[in-house]
Amino acid sequence: MTVAGWGLILLFVAILLALAKPMGLWLFALYEGRITPLHRVLGPVERGFYRLAGIDPNEEQGWRRYALHMLLFNVALLIFTYAVLRLQGVLPVNPQGFGAVGADGAFNTAISFTTNTNWQWYSGEATLSNLSQMLGLTIQNFLSAATGIAIAFALFRGFARREVKTIGNFWADMTRVTLYLLLPICIVYAIFLIASGVPQTLAGSVDATTLEGVKQTIALGPVASQEAIKMLGTNGGGFFNANSAHPFENPTALTNLVQMLSILAIGVGLTWCFGRAVGDTRQGWAILAAMGVLFVAGVAVTYWQEAAGNPVLHQLGALGGNMEGKEVRFGIAASALFAVVTTAASCGAVNAMHDSFTALGGMIPLFNMQIGEVVVGGVGAGIYGFLLFAILAVFVAGLMVGRTPEYVGKKIEAREVKLAVLAIAILPLVILGFTAIASVLPAGLAGPLNKGPHGFSEILYAFTSCAGNNGSAFAGLTAGTPFYNGMLGVAMWLGRFFVIVPALAIAGSLAAKRHVPASSGSFPTTGGLWIGLLVGIILILGGLTFLPSLALGPIADHLAMVNGQLF
Amino acid sequence: MLSDLKSALRPALTLTLLFAALLGLAYPLALTGIGQALFPEQANGSLIREGDRVIGSNLIGQKFTSNAYFHGRPSAAGSDGYDASASSGSNLGPTSKALAERVQGDVATLSETTPGSPVPPDLVTTSASGLDPHISPEAAFFQVERVAKARGATENEIRALVRKSIEQPLLGFLGEPRVHLLQLNRSLDVRFPAR
Repeated sequence: MTVAGWGLILLFVAILLALAKPMGLWLFALYEGRITPLHRVLGPVERGFYRLAGIDPNEEQGWRRYALHMLLFNVALLIFTYAVLRLQGVLPVNPQGFGAVGADGAFNTAISFTTNTNWQWYSGEATLSNLSQMLGLTIQNFLSAATGIAIAFALFRGFARREVKTIGNFWADMTRVTLYLLLPICIVYAIFLIASGVPQTLAGSVDATTLEGVKQTIALGPVASQEAIKMLGTNGGGFFNANSAHPFENPTALTNLVQMLSILAIGVGLTWCFGRAVGDTRQGWAILAAMGVLFVAGVAVTYWQEAAGNPVLHQLGALGGNMEGKEVRFGIAASALFAVVTTAASCGAVNAMHDSFTALGGMIPLFNMQIGEVVVGGVGAGIYGFLLFAILAVFVAGLMVGRTPEYVGKKIEAREVKLAVLAIAILPLVILGFTAIASVLPAGLAGPLNKGPHGFSEILYAFTSCAGNNGSAFAGLTAGTPFYNGMLGVAMWLGRFFVIVPALAIAGSLAAKRHVPASSGSFPTTGGLWIGLLVGIILILGGLTFLPSLALGPIADHLAMVNGQLF
Repeated sequence: MLSDLKSALRPALTLTLLFAALLGLAYPLALTGIGQALFPEQANGSLIREGDRVIGSNLIGQKFTSNAYFHGRPSAAGSDGYDASASSGSNLGPTSKALAERVQGDVATLSETTPGSPVPPDLVTTSASGLDPHISPEAAFFQVERVAKARGATENEIRALVRKSIEQPLLGFLGEPRVHLLQLNRSLDVRFPAR
């Protein structure tokens, strides 16, 4: 570990903290449906969209209606992207002349991008036309992010509103977030990326003759426009196979820093926005503090392990940190930090190959996803996931001290706790259940590239990543098979909507409750005790649930690594 | 419930198409226009030309095998390495026998040409993209002796060239010190044309 490396980490955290309030204010304006300066430019687009689609943005929806409209919209998007991928061969803007994507592959990818997972079984530059990237995928990058933020808004309203049946209007939330938050930032962001060297062209590739006279075909495309929303919307689906490790996606140390910041920018803003929505910004800061503890701990472990390097390679004379699967321009600190950021959020972009991390260095990204990506988390998904844990935490605190649990002015009762447990339980069910199936079936065992415990880690990582809607991979796994495309596709769908629907049900149930003013009998949900309790609940739940699987994978791998046993 | 679903049908279908037009076409195409107008070099891949011949991209690594050039890192992109239409890392894990054997072989080859010096780790590990355009300054210095011999130059001359080509981290701590391999090798060709 170096001083410069820790300097980068400190700078990153400092900028992120500074972003929380301004981003939160922006989000809060959209949450309230207030007019922003951007309305002057994009207002006509918003109104035009509502008119053509027959939407009344002021129509208030109950949670069932909100959920059904959200679901139907997502199904429509899913079918749209599936169609674009299947028709790729006959659609235009296909300079490399790629054929249609196969049925199982298109199924997987359509779900993957609709659910904000962006798991990629394919290699972008060798499979998808420029049109598929733009029309099929970029649109999902925006709208899956906007859907996540809309759900967060709905849940905030559940806490903030008193004795009403409604939690907002899905169409208005989703459209406003897209038009007044995601799109404007992405336009500026993409121009910055182009200026930094990220290509933005409709050309497919260019042939070069290298200094040694060999032909090199250099894949190009409209990369910057997709890259911007890929990071900001915590999507993570790379234009190229190597994702943000590819010099065309992430050319410099500066773009790398901006990419990491943009993964978490909206997430930290949402914590502030939550506090503001419930009338006490300290509530938001308390959540961010608990997230911060988990984040810094994760970064420290991964950075420490990667900087320590692989003893197996040290034995062979390659001393120093672990540079397998890392880029020289980023080095070890920026690669370790990126890995923790991308899995703290449900982003899944990578600037280094997690599969080649040291055993424990790679376990942290895996564990981050297993605790539900609630360390800041994906846009929207992070905060609504975290609030589920907060509900559990006040419940546990209530049991310990014998008080009726309350959180930000709402009584937490059996219904909310049951729904929260339902949403939290889907993750271990899918991850462990599906991993178990894949670990015994021949079709599943055909996947891993690496042997021994690391091969198991590859399978475990894949289902964790998909159920958690992350999308990063231990990419040695050959996932482009009907078995994995199908299983992982189902895992992504369950991991997304079986959390969202209970979260919306909680929102509906909370909105109907009356406000309970804090009294001397209320458990305070702002101080150090609360932060400690939150961190404890998350770690205990995650630890108890997933420790056995981690013991079989990364921990066994680590013991083998330090003993020099190879597979 | 059924009426809820029915009422969602028109907004869902219409917004899918409208957003597809806005986000899937207008947004990337507008940015393509802006990029091509304001930053045509970068937007088209930062290509390096000699006359009308494209010799590569400033951002994409190339494969070097000749003794007269500095070599890059091993690459897992494509079957032969540095295939810029098939970016990839090796994805070999920390306890992989294949990884250990590969590193062992590379260390042995490198130690043969430059005995006595410790092998810089980036020279025997694949990058994440397989297209890493850089090597560490240590990895460049490690190869000075071999390149000097092949170029008929003194080691000091080559070492000075390497020193000049080191790029420092932004603001002193963003990124790592590094050497751009293609630029270094091009300046070799200019300063010390191969015999």
